[in-house]
Parts: sequence; structure tokens; C-alpha cells
Amino acid sequence: MSRIHSSAELDALRQNLLSTRDPAKPCITLCSGSACQATHCREVAAALEQEMEQQGLTDQVHFRKTGCHGFCEKGPILIIYPEGICYLQVKPEDIPEIISHSLLEKKIVERLVYVDPNTGDKVTHEADIPFYKNQQRLVLGANTRIDPKSLEDYLAVGGYRALTKALFEMTPEQVVGEVKAAGLRGRGGGGFPAGLKWEAARNAPGDIKYVIVNCDEGDPGAYMDRSLMEGNPFSVLEGLLIGAYAIGAHEGYIYVRQEYPLAVENVTSAISTAEEFGLLGKDILGSGYDFIIKVHKGAGAFVCGEETALIHSLEGKVGEPKARPPYPAVRGLWDRPTNINNVETWANVPLIINNGAAAFTAIGTEGSKGTKIFSLVGKVNNTGLVEVPMGVTLRDIVYKVGGGIPGDKKFKAVQTGGPAGGCMPESLLDMAVDFDQLTKAGSMMGSGGMIVLDEETCMVDFARYFLGFLADESCGKCVPCREGIKQMLKILTGITKGKGKPGDVELLEELSEVANNAALCALGKGAPNPVLSTIRHFRDEYDAHITHGKCPALSCKELISFYIVPEKCQACMSCRKQCPAEAIDGGKNLVHVILQEKCTKCGSCLDACPARFGAVKKISGEPIPAPLPEEARTVVRKSKSL
Amino acid sequence: MSELQVQIDGKEVTATAGATILDAARSVGIAIPTLCHHKQLEPYGGCRVCTVEVDSRGRTSVVAACIYPVEPGLVVRTRTRKLERIRKSVVEMMLAHAPDSEPLLELAREYGADRDRFDKEASFCIHCGLCVRYCAEVKKKHALGFIDRGARKEINFVPEIATKECWECKECFPLCPTSALQAAFVLSKALASVES
Repeated sequence: MSRIHSSAELDALRQNLLSTRDPAKPCITLCSGSACQATHCREVAAALEQEMEQQGLTDQVHFRKTGCHGFCEKGPILIIYPEGICYLQVKPEDIPEIISHSLLEKKIVERLVYVDPNTGDKVTHEADIPFYKNQQRLVLGANTRIDPKSLEDYLAVGGYRALTKALFEMTPEQVVGEVKAAGLRGRGGGGFPAGLKWEAARNAPGDIKYVIVNCDEGDPGAYMDRSLMEGNPFSVLEGLLIGAYAIGAHEGYIYVRQEYPLAVENVTSAISTAEEFGLLGKDILGSGYDFIIKVHKGAGAFVCGEETALIHSLEGKVGEPKARPPYPAVRGLWDRPTNINNVETWANVPLIINNGAAAFTAIGTEGSKGTKIFSLVGKVNNTGLVEVPMGVTLRDIVYKVGGGIPGDKKFKAVQTGGPAGGCMPESLLDMAVDFDQLTKAGSMMGSGGMIVLDEETCMVDFARYFLGFLADESCGKCVPCREGIKQMLKILTGITKGKGKPGDVELLEELSEVANNAALCALGKGAPNPVLSTIRHFRDEYDAHITHGKCPALSCKELISFYIVPEKCQACMSCRKQCPAEAIDGGKNLVHVILQEKCTKCGSCLDACPARFGAVKKISGEPIPAPLPEEARTVVRKSKSL
Repeated sequence: MSELQVQIDGKEVTATAGATILDAARSVGIAIPTLCHHKQLEPYGGCRVCTVEVDSRGRTSVVAACIYPVEPGLVVRTRTRKLERIRKSVVEMMLAHAPDSEPLLELAREYGADRDRFDKEASFCIHCGLCVRYCAEVKKKHALGFIDRGARKEINFVPEIATKECWECKECFPLCPTSALQAAFVLSKALASVES
């Protein structure tokens, strides 16, 4: 390939690529995103390359390392095309069998295919796995088909069609109009209509304007932006370029966390490839339009996801937000009109331009169009990245896509929107998920984090965790956030330690009002959400802690005790051997007793006690029964015939 | 500069485009409390005691008067129950750090704030940034700055600059709403560490 000078040359190149690619030629793909690197995809890839070489298959079989497929629970995922046979949790030692048995003999390696835990059915094709079947992967879908560093792969799946359409068939105003008509709302947290932001930046006076990709993803557990950036960087570049053309910017920035080395590597590679082929730089595709992109690595402050703080950081200043107005669309980077959108928002732009606003608005709800990628994590069977149309119910996401709660535990809540989001209880499971419904329920869309909680999660402790995160990440500029979060965290910590006082909940509500109204930026304004939403839906747990010193979820260490039920103890010594604090008294044929003053409440005894005895109990808010007198501790064995 | 009309506490006020709500209010004698504001410095919006309520483009929101620019037809309320609650809490939280600060105690009297509402953490500094910003914006010396972030954030002198500049200047001391204690303390500590 060489520099492409026109839209016609690009089309010809794409046609040539498609005609030379033999769809019948075997191709093996392996997902190689960060999540799968943690589960050793690199070793799998090395084993695969070695095996192919040994078998002399290197020229006959195409091997492609792709980005994240989303089903991270079961990664690394290996797929053999053209059949589309999908193997999960592949290890290097599985490779010889996959090659000989599956690739050459066309048989299925049964132990590596997906087994539906509910029906026991085996599923050999990725698309038929319930996790994927119930999704609509318009943005994330290409991740499974392309090598993130290959422009050819991106062109083969229709990449840069939207760009040529925008550059050669549409005026900038028409592009803005299309995005406005599509009702695309910002996927980064605020949900502000992207088209309006673009229009404001386009109309703002000034010759020099900037566009920015916000990839400062910082919510605990959220990684959809990382996966898009790692897996399909060209789609983000294409979206950004279209936006820049619409707004009239000739310079763009990608602000990406330095903790995302693979995203940095892949997007940097994509930029230099795009420059080489005339898809960035001067006179793009002969259109006369110039655009360059620079990558800036953020140092990893959560608050820099806030657009004004991000802009400060990009300017080399301390990452602190500033008051709006003026909005960045009018006065942003270096006081120039600036449009900033998050990764997923930009990645939606080519879709809108290719298929038109009408196709985009056909998906979703009244106020929220298109799809949304969630990172579904926590106490759910299928953790991973999930892309569903706006308006799908929480229940469908948790149960149909997520496969429900592991280990026969009961669902308790789902937390959306990251640290400044809220928790929704079971009664809201049938709520349609979109920007407005989530806000109405006291939570928010945020960037799309979704954490599932089961009955063993204490909601007060959960709120405390997020306030702790926010206290660490607050920039400290304004009092309601810096001091308010600190005070709220203090109160919540007290409650989880059994030091709650009457009036604590009311004080939390008061401090929440102050932070929510008077804080400078969205971090402080959103900080009360974890507190208020748990008070709203789980007030009984707060009261139990404060009034009865009881943690109903049996989770707060200071409020629980471990106790061995004498009638059930068979003096097997298992717990006694495991106890790291030597806090269990007892011996052969002697009922074991936990010495409460020595117990560190680590729970080892509970895990160690054989399920058939079930003698160790966790209790909270009730007195610990007095131990049996020493002379009464001899175990009466159950008869074996029982 | 063009002029525009806003309404503050029911009063029609003519303001210059580009002015803040605080400027407009003060021009007609409507008092809004401030702590981190200083007329020689860029508006900061840190302490939030100047919080007011505005109706703008059909939405009611709470904003900082010291930094919010006036716009045509803006309706501002500077005294409501909600604002009093906010100012009271904000002052109480700052008093935990500087329980004897006269400007804070004066605000406490006005808004019924309880000096002892929150556990004392007498660090003296309330992070208004007046010293840091004055040194940077007016004196252009950058002899002190903030370090760390969030609740751990604190002001610190840069010894190399402070030893040269501060003894002759000390103009930041009287700006400090907490009786310059922290500034003096940190300065002397910084200088002492350089000398030793």
C-alpha cells in the first residue's frame, strides 16, 4: 500500500483487498487485549505461531491477533474461520490439539467450547453463546474481526467509508446536522448531546479550534474505552477526523491514561499508519482538508476525566477543573474553541455517517439513541464488555447477557455510573436502561460501569468504598467536595465500624445537598450519589448498623463474629489447622471453640469447615452464645448408618 | 463594553458584559460573602461561600457568584434557605481547620454555623489559595504553591525562591483569612530547613 490520493483510490484499494482475500482460507483469531494478556494470551500466541511453523502451516493459515471480544470471563478466546469455531480459556498446551484436531481434521475440541451452565448445551460458535446473542455489537463488534494495527483489516470491514462520505459528499454543517439528528449523547458521563456541542464549537468565533478524545477512563472496573482504543483505534481516529472536519479543527489530541500502554501503542501505531497513507496530515484523500493528531499520556488522575481538568492537564497545568461557563466549546484548550468527546462517542460517529441518523435513532429509547457499551463486573457469571441497545432492562443485562449471579447467591443491587453513580435494587430490575431513567433512579449512565452485587455485599460499606475512592481522587480545589467527601467518608466509616450515631443519616443527607449543589465540578456534584442511592433503597441496612450494631450482609468486620455451633461440630480439626491466629480451642473429639479475643475475623474457619458439618456460623448484631463448659465438650459422634 | 440587564434579589441591575454576578451585585450594594475572592486576582471559585441560585435558560442551578459571568436576562437569588444551609455547612467544614479564624467566625455568626460541628483538624489552611495565587499572579514569583491533592493538599513554600523573595515581601500574610498562621508557619519551616 502507498499514500492514497483520492476517494476513488481508497475504494479501489478496498476492492482490491476484498478480492484478494480468500474467504475460504483458514484464519485463526486470538483476542489479545489487556484483559486477555493477563490470562496469558501472549503465551498462547507464541505456542500457536510455533506449532504452525512446525506443521508448515504458516503460509496456509492466517493468524490474527485481535482486540478485546468482551467475554473476558472466558478469555483468551480463539476462533477458527471460516467455520467460526470458538474456543474459550485457551492455554498454550491446548494449541497442538486445536491445530491437529480442529484446524486440520475439522473436528471440535469439546472441552474448549462454551457450555451453557443452565442447560448443559455446548455452543461452538461465538455468536450463539447467550452472552453475545443478547447483545447488539455495532461499535464493539469489529474488535473480533480486525488486527488493531492493520489498516487493511479496518478497510476490509468498511473503514473510512464514513470519512469519504463526509469529506466529499457532505458539508461540515450537514455532518453536524446528521449527528444532531442522530441524537448521539456523550458516552463519557454527562450524556450531553454531541451534536449540540459540535455546533457550539463550530459556531464559536476563532480560526484555530481543537478536538479532543477523552480516554481518561478512570471508573473502577470500567474498561470499554480502553478496549475500543486497543481493539479498533482506526474507528476512533475516523470519528475524530469527521468531527474535526465538521467543527473546523485541524488539530486533535488523544488524552489517554498512561496506565493503558497497549491503547497508547495501538493508537500511536494507527496514527502513524494513517499519516503514511494520507488519512491524516495534509490534504487528506486529496480533499484539501488538513488534520493532525497528537497523543498525550495522562498521569492517571480520575478528575482529569472532567473536561476542564483534562484541558488544564493537556496545557501542562495542574489537573483541576474550572467553572463553566465559559464552556470549552467557546474557550477550551489554550482558550480556543474546543470539542471534547469520549472514546465511545467518537467511535459512534462513523456509524451515524455511514448509515444515517434515521438508522441510528431506530435503536434505543425516546431520549437515548443507539447502543451503549457497559462493563459488566462484580457478582455476575459472565463478566465482560456488553453492548446493548439503549432501553434494554437491567434484568436482561444481568441475567440474559450476564448469566445471573454465581454460586446460588441472591441478587442485591446493581451499581451503574462509576463512583458517582448509584445503586439500584431488585425492584428496579425491570427498568429500561437509558440516560434519563438512570438519572431518575438516583444513579447515572456515567461511562457505563455496571457492578452487580449479591446478598453478601453490605450497602453501607459499598458506599464507603466509593467515597474513599472519591476522597482520594478529589482535586481539593473546592470545599464542598474536598471537605464534604472527607466528612461523609468519616461518617460512613464510623457506621461500618459500629460507631454510627442517630442523626448520621440526616447529616449525610445534609452534606450530600451541599456537595451536590455547590461543588465546582461533576466529581463533587456526583459524589453524594452512592450515599443517597443506598440510603434511598437500603435505609434498613443503615438503621441496622446504627441502631442494632448489626451488618445484615454479614460483611462489616467490626460487626460480625464467628461462632462454632457445638451440636454440629465434629471436632475434625480442619478449622483449627487453618486458623492463622491460633484462635480455635479444641482437640480430637473435643468440640472446637473460637476464642473471640484472639479472632481476627478472617473467615478461614468458615471456609475450612466441611460443608456436610456446616458448624461455623457468621453472626452479627446478636450476642455470641457462651462456649460449652470444658467438661461438656466431648463430641457425640453421629452413627455412621445415619 | 456592552451592557446587559440582570435581576438580583428582585432588583434590576445593569451590568457590563464579562462581569461576574459578584461584580454586578456589589455594584448595587447587594452583599455576597466571599473568602477566596480578591479583586486583584483571577476568580477562583474554591470556597463556595459566595454560592447563589440562578435561573438561566429555563434551568435553576446553584453557582459561585465570584466566577459566574452575567448573561442577559439572568435571574439571581443571593439569599434563600437552601443557600443559607450550604453556606453554613461550608463554613462549619472550614472551621474544623481554622476554628479561630475571624472572617470564618464572622460568617459563622451570620449563618448560624456551629464552630464545633465537625471534629477539629486544626491545619489552619482552608485552601483559599490567596497566598499562592497572589504570589503567582501579582508578584509573579511563584514562591509557594499547592502540593498533593484532595484532603491531603497543602500549601508549601519553594525554599530556593522563598529565601530570596519572601523576607522582603510577605504581602501574602495579611491576605490569609486564617490569621496568616499557616503561611508564617510553613515559611519559617521552609527557611529553617534551608538554613540547616
